[in-house]
Amino acid sequence: MTAPRRFVVDEELTIVTAADHRERLLASLGDGNALRIDLSGVGDVDTAGLQVLVMARAEGFRLGLPVEFAEPSAAVTEALALTRLEL
Amino acid sequence: MALDDDMREALDMFVTEARDLVQGLEEGLLELEDQPSGGETVNAVFRAAHTLKGSSGLFGLQHLVAFTHVVETVLGSVREGTLDVTPGLVSALLPCTDHISAMIEGLARGQLEPDAAQAADGARLLSGLEPYLMDGGAMTPTASAPGTDAEPQERAWRLELHFGEDCLRNGMDPLSFLRYLSTLGTVTDVVTVTDRLPDAADMDPESCYFSFEVDLVTAAPKSEIEAVFDFVRDDSDIRITPADSQLDTYVRAIRAMPENDRIGDVLVTSGAVTELEMAEALRIQQERAVREGTQPVPIGEILIEQGIVQRAIVDAALNRQRRTSETRSQDTRTIRIDAARLDKLIDLVGELVIAQSSTGMPNSSATDTSAEAQSEVMRLVDEVRHSALSLRMVPIGTTLRRFERVVRDVCMELGKEVSLVITGGDAEMDKALVERISDPLLHLVRNSLDHGIEPAGERRKHGKAQQGTLRLNAYHDAGNIVIEVADDGRGLDRDRILAKAVERELVAPGTALTDSEIYNLIFEPGFSTAETVSNLSGRGVGMDVVKRNVTALRGSIEVETTRGIGTTIRIRLPLTLAIIDGFLVGVGSSSFIVPLDRVTECVELPPGPLVRDCMNLRGEVLPFIRLRQIFGIPGHAARRQNVVIVEQSGQRTGLVVDSLLGELQTVIKPLGILFSRVKCISGSTILGNGEIALILDVGSLIADHSDRELLRQAVPVG
Repeated sequence: MTAPRRFVVDEELTIVTAADHRERLLASLGDGNALRIDLSGVGDVDTAGLQVLVMARAEGFRLGLPVEFAEPSAAVTEALALTRLEL
Repeated sequence: MALDDDMREALDMFVTEARDLVQGLEEGLLELEDQPSGGETVNAVFRAAHTLKGSSGLFGLQHLVAFTHVVETVLGSVREGTLDVTPGLVSALLPCTDHISAMIEGLARGQLEPDAAQAADGARLLSGLEPYLMDGGAMTPTASAPGTDAEPQERAWRLELHFGEDCLRNGMDPLSFLRYLSTLGTVTDVVTVTDRLPDAADMDPESCYFSFEVDLVTAAPKSEIEAVFDFVRDDSDIRITPADSQLDTYVRAIRAMPENDRIGDVLVTSGAVTELEMAEALRIQQERAVREGTQPVPIGEILIEQGIVQRAIVDAALNRQRRTSETRSQDTRTIRIDAARLDKLIDLVGELVIAQSSTGMPNSSATDTSAEAQSEVMRLVDEVRHSALSLRMVPIGTTLRRFERVVRDVCMELGKEVSLVITGGDAEMDKALVERISDPLLHLVRNSLDHGIEPAGERRKHGKAQQGTLRLNAYHDAGNIVIEVADDGRGLDRDRILAKAVERELVAPGTALTDSEIYNLIFEPGFSTAETVSNLSGRGVGMDVVKRNVTALRGSIEVETTRGIGTTIRIRLPLTLAIIDGFLVGVGSSSFIVPLDRVTECVELPPGPLVRDCMNLRGEVLPFIRLRQIFGIPGHAARRQNVVIVEQSGQRTGLVVDSLLGELQTVIKPLGILFSRVKCISGSTILGNGEIALILDVGSLIADHSDRELLRQAVPVG
């Protein structure tokens, strides 16, 4: 197993970009890569964005590929605090 | 708000009940003014107000509930002993009963909301009660509901937020709701439920799959929390329930709440359910009842099922409601028909059924048995009718007591001191009559107070007690009920009445009239002797209307007065309008009915020529009227004629008839509009053989005859 591929989510993790992120995440996972999702650059996050993250982890789990999240930005931390989700 | 028939019917019943309650309230208040310490009266008054409030709530008459609530609160303080009954308090409360009464009469006319004037009136009256609310405010246990306290308590809520799939696309981000909730209070816990998130392949990244369970502790009322979700309510499922840990608090709060007839109100007031949720639950309740064609599911069940409120809270509210219903049924045990009378009637009907079946028995071949059974049926029919009629009879006392208020108010206005004495309130009369005589009586009472009883100063000057007395008396007299309105005032002024009558051209100047004729002039249209027109009476539209009303009820009115001593006005009314005991007489082929209560005796017409239609009755001169002559009945008089002696207002007159046919229970049928101007006949009835008999109006018959006699005697002179 190789080291997880770094996956960077830039500025926006919202409904506007959710479809893109989903495509990219599924594509990466489809290649058989474990993912390390870098959230340090996220400036804006909403429920749709969180759902994509949860989806990615669930899909990874289904495929047996670890998906981990790294360096959540302030926006992400706040969203996680609100929802008490643990990534 | 449209009323369906059932609702209308129920509302009618409410109006009837409410009228009684308002009257009870008023009577109680007046009684309290006299005896401020009457514990039982205080309770009765309080109960009346309370029941009134409860019943109004039942119909959603919020304005009435709100108004009565304040009255009830004040009375509550009186009951608790923290507020003393003072004339000021009674004076503040009495107009409130008037206001309630006005609103109820409005309801009777189908006006469910008060108009602007009434609303203003109500607000004014309530502000008049404010000082009393302050005094007893600390002791009023009913007003404050949890959540409306000055310092709202923090309460814990469990919010279940299932947002619609489209909410993200609609620009609603659940995260912002969560963020906003934390500004309302403390979000103690959130569980984000991700179960609905489909497999990655099926997921639409723009749909919302998350739902949230939020525990919130806040002082904000439930409706405020609810309002947060206003924009997403339509396609989301938002449930806000009291946190389990708070159940006891709600249950306790509900137990301490004022009784209420509607469980919904209890729940909403407790803060566990919002108006909006209630409305929604009611909608579901109705929809389901319509769809399934069944009885509506109890609203509490729906609230539980919808996850709006927990069973424990609903149960507490149900308890509250049940207790309310129990007290209500105790409070309003106003049986409009005496139960014993009803039982008797049912008993009689039972007997009648048995008797009737025995007439049809095949083995009753013996004629005498059959005849016996027949006569038993007859007897029972008679009794049933009597008994049924008595159901309509009510004591007149209720109506008479209503005047206590009138006397009080008029005395205040005129600055007179008058005590009202009511006697004979037990005398019974037809309910319809009671209602229709009430207005004429009211006028008589006002008249006596205004014109009859002198101001205190004048009374002292004449050596009378400073306080005047007005007596209302009722008694039965020969099939009639007599109602007297008597004052100990100045009495009628014979000369002034005559002068006025001449001035008004009611009588020609110089006419010789007896005292009683002069006094009776006050009943003439357009007659009024009041020199100053006061607010109360003296507008010249009174006594003639009174007389007309009394006459319309087949009654009579007379006045008895002594200068300086007082005046008594006596109204004589039949007990019922429907049936009279009649005395059937025959003239030629015609039959007439003389009301039996007028008949004193029957004698044979002495043979031989009689001059001037008078006969000797045991040494007295008795004038008589030949019915054959008056009604122009053809044919010769029978060989032996009879005289039915009738009495009207103390005057005896004979009616000459051919035959006496005996007593008869007579159901009066009115003559109809075509004959409405016919004098001397008050109605008709159908005899057993199908023929029609006319019912004689003895009063007008005699009056008519004496007019004619007068004319006849006057002719030779003039």
